[in-house]
Amino acid sequence: MSEVISLNLQVWKQSSNEDVGSFEFYSVKDISIHISFLEMLDVVNENLQKEGKEPIAFDSDCREGICGTCGFVIDGVAHGPLAKTTVCQLHMRHFKNGQTLVIEPFRATPFKIVKDLVVDRSSFDQIIQAGGYVTVSTGNAPDANNILIAKENAEEAFDSAACIGCGACVASCPNASAALFTSAKISHLSHLPQGKIEEDERVKSMVTTMDDEGFGSCSNHAECEAVCPKGISISNIALMRRNLIKTIL
Amino acid sequence: MSGATPEKEYVESVSKLDGRVPSGELADKWDKYKSSMKIVNPANKRKFNIIVVGTGLAGGSAAATLAELGYNVKSFCIQDTPRRAHSIAAQGGINAAKNYQNDGDSVHRLFIDTIKGGDYRAREENVHRLAQISTQIIDQCVAQGVPFARDYGGLLTNRSFGGSQVSRTFYARGQTGQQLLLGAYSAMMRQVAKQQIEMFPNREMLDVITVDDKARGIVVRNLKTGELETHSGDAVLLCTGGFGNVYFLSTNGKGSNVTAAWRCHKKGAYMANPCFAQIHPTCIPTSGEYQSKLTLMSESLRNDGRVWVPKNKDDKRLAADIPESDRDNFLERMYPAYGNLVPRDVGSRAIKKMCDEGKGLDPSGRAVYLDFSSAIERLGKKNIADKYGNLFDMYETITGDSPYSQPMKIYPAIHYIMGGLWVDYDLMSTIPGLFVLGEANFSDHGANRLGASALMQGLADGYFVIPNTLGNYLANTKLDSVSTSSDEFTSVKNDCKEKTDQLLKIKGSSTTLEIHRELGGVMWDLVGMARTKESLEEALEKIPKIKDKFWNDLYIPGDSDSLNKSLEHAGRLADFLELGELMALDALNREESCGAHFREEYQTEEGEPLRNDDKYAYVSAWEYNKDSIPILHKENLDYKFVKMTQRNYK
Repeated sequence: MSEVISLNLQVWKQSSNEDVGSFEFYSVKDISIHISFLEMLDVVNENLQKEGKEPIAFDSDCREGICGTCGFVIDGVAHGPLAKTTVCQLHMRHFKNGQTLVIEPFRATPFKIVKDLVVDRSSFDQIIQAGGYVTVSTGNAPDANNILIAKENAEEAFDSAACIGCGACVASCPNASAALFTSAKISHLSHLPQGKIEEDERVKSMVTTMDDEGFGSCSNHAECEAVCPKGISISNIALMRRNLIKTIL
Repeated sequence: MSGATPEKEYVESVSKLDGRVPSGELADKWDKYKSSMKIVNPANKRKFNIIVVGTGLAGGSAAATLAELGYNVKSFCIQDTPRRAHSIAAQGGINAAKNYQNDGDSVHRLFIDTIKGGDYRAREENVHRLAQISTQIIDQCVAQGVPFARDYGGLLTNRSFGGSQVSRTFYARGQTGQQLLLGAYSAMMRQVAKQQIEMFPNREMLDVITVDDKARGIVVRNLKTGELETHSGDAVLLCTGGFGNVYFLSTNGKGSNVTAAWRCHKKGAYMANPCFAQIHPTCIPTSGEYQSKLTLMSESLRNDGRVWVPKNKDDKRLAADIPESDRDNFLERMYPAYGNLVPRDVGSRAIKKMCDEGKGLDPSGRAVYLDFSSAIERLGKKNIADKYGNLFDMYETITGDSPYSQPMKIYPAIHYIMGGLWVDYDLMSTIPGLFVLGEANFSDHGANRLGASALMQGLADGYFVIPNTLGNYLANTKLDSVSTSSDEFTSVKNDCKEKTDQLLKIKGSSTTLEIHRELGGVMWDLVGMARTKESLEEALEKIPKIKDKFWNDLYIPGDSDSLNKSLEHAGRLADFLELGELMALDALNREESCGAHFREEYQTEEGEPLRNDDKYAYVSAWEYNKDSIPILHKENLDYKFVKMTQRNYK
């Protein structure tokens, strides 16, 4: 296998949310297969700057797949072709020489485009503000081992808590639903005795906020689970619905 | 004055710097001090506005706690949401002296381990307070719903980390930092909903504003619109993390930078021990020139992984084909008492030594094995997957190789900065009203930080120290009202605008990435894992040349009126260039080896760092001196409770 590949990129360029965007074409040569997708874009941007052209705006920070800053759609799939992988952890060895790739931002009405591939996901913060916490102020806590938690519950809570808030679930959903994101937080806290107490209020408030922010409803396509870089399960959505129905009955 | 070339000169201050540590017995000091502090009464707290910059573990926990107490908090972060601060990437765990394992742990033992791990260059009293508070942190985080690892009976479980002989590290798989940060973030969001915190994401702090010599405000740039804003407050808390990215390649997030701290330094905050930079032994080796960052493989892996190289440097067999008898498990050989769990600085140097002897692995010669085969044989693959699964997956994603079937290849990388802005016992810098928390300050880790202690310090500072010491400051200080339309505010804002315009005006041909890579190369080669007088003098010659190139040949596309990543990077790089020089100067001044600061001239016969307690048992706190040479202030480390000894992990 050759150590370098060349690619054709079609990248969404849009100067602001008010602007009308369009695709631009970039021909990329001799990319090492050992670098990550974002490092490939770094190279593209470096070359653009050398030619006096404006680089492609994209966001990233940790580049270890944990901060949730990065993310865009590659050939119609949020975070690209590799399962359970953010774009910063996606390496060029998974692409073929001569391939054409279409790169677009995460699209959803609540995610306004800031520039090119950068979107505003602050609506996720609004959802957490609506109840994604345990009401406990610093200094009141009992000894940590006074709260016993069965290992399996702790593990399940962790599985849900692993959400990085990247927004791939919303971008992949035909309804632009934030059900996976919202339910992951609800499920994390519902699996723990500390979080159980406020369970009813939390689910009502978070679901209402999710709707108010303009996210669509879940209709069980499960695209969200398929693209989630942390493998968050749609069983969280089932739990959220169950909890919501319980508050009505 | 010292030295021959003008670049490395400095003046030494005659007066000693005072950490303002309260008197009394070490173990009671913090509690006694707390009970003697003045308190702001609940009705008055709402009259105070507190600016908190940064939303990692230190900033997030401080903002949430101060808001709970009733202060009006304004919180700022450069990310699009506070949940993405780089604390999120911490993997292995958080230390606490709970002694849940009944293995002899105690506050005193954690204190001693941390002091010794820091090679006797931290302030004793701060470290003792940290050890004391550690237990409360775990209680607080569990109450918030942080899903720490548990045993079958439902109790919390622990793992071991380097530099300690007890098991005191609490963890949430390999994502402890993420879970702790989300805990602090959720506490913040509760206060945002109550309108007790006003949140300002996408803001980069460009300067601090002082009125009557006290920190009373900040200038920030809105990264989305480019607009410069000023904000006023009664105190400013700087929680902006470390500056490992001065080396270009590090395990830090791409956005981590020194700008907020450096601009405060230029306004009068002393910078302490900037040359104490931690190099983490187990990172994925560099793979090529376009690499943008390095990825850490958690220290917890050394619980079960064995570090080795082939005994014969010409042995080109695959790892699996090399029998035990032909392997040099060099950490176990060199340090039988701690084996693979030696502190980070010791481990990193041993790996470097092997590679310098030509025993490093192909293709670069800059890698050694971290091998799990004997652990998999002993505990089974499932057990290992439960403990380290996500780390193994991450390794495979990046390198294409599976650590289940062949050993990881690892090499040291810049990870954490022990140095930072100087603070007193109250965490206040030399600018009154400017407090510095977490990695951004210098105070607790001396010359080397132990694994799983960064999360502990960030949360100790934010949840438990600052709520007390800030109240004491506010209750004891006369603070007149200030206005953002006053001259003090507008003039600093204009300075910031001028600086941005100046960067855009250069219109040269070098990109920020090219110049940053060049600076990083100099820093890593000459101010890195091993330093000499010659290498540091060379760095002090080379960095000003890179700085010249920056100011004469930089090219930034676009303008300052919208999102412009290149412009953001340029502003940060300008400060890294100045910081790099001070780091080299600090390393040159410290003619001893201690912790992560290894001067090749000062080592024992076995190649261990050789401290010089008679001359260098002090904190170097540098004062910025515009248009002239820096001024060195010394805080003597006059140990009253611990005896300074040669560290021994054999």
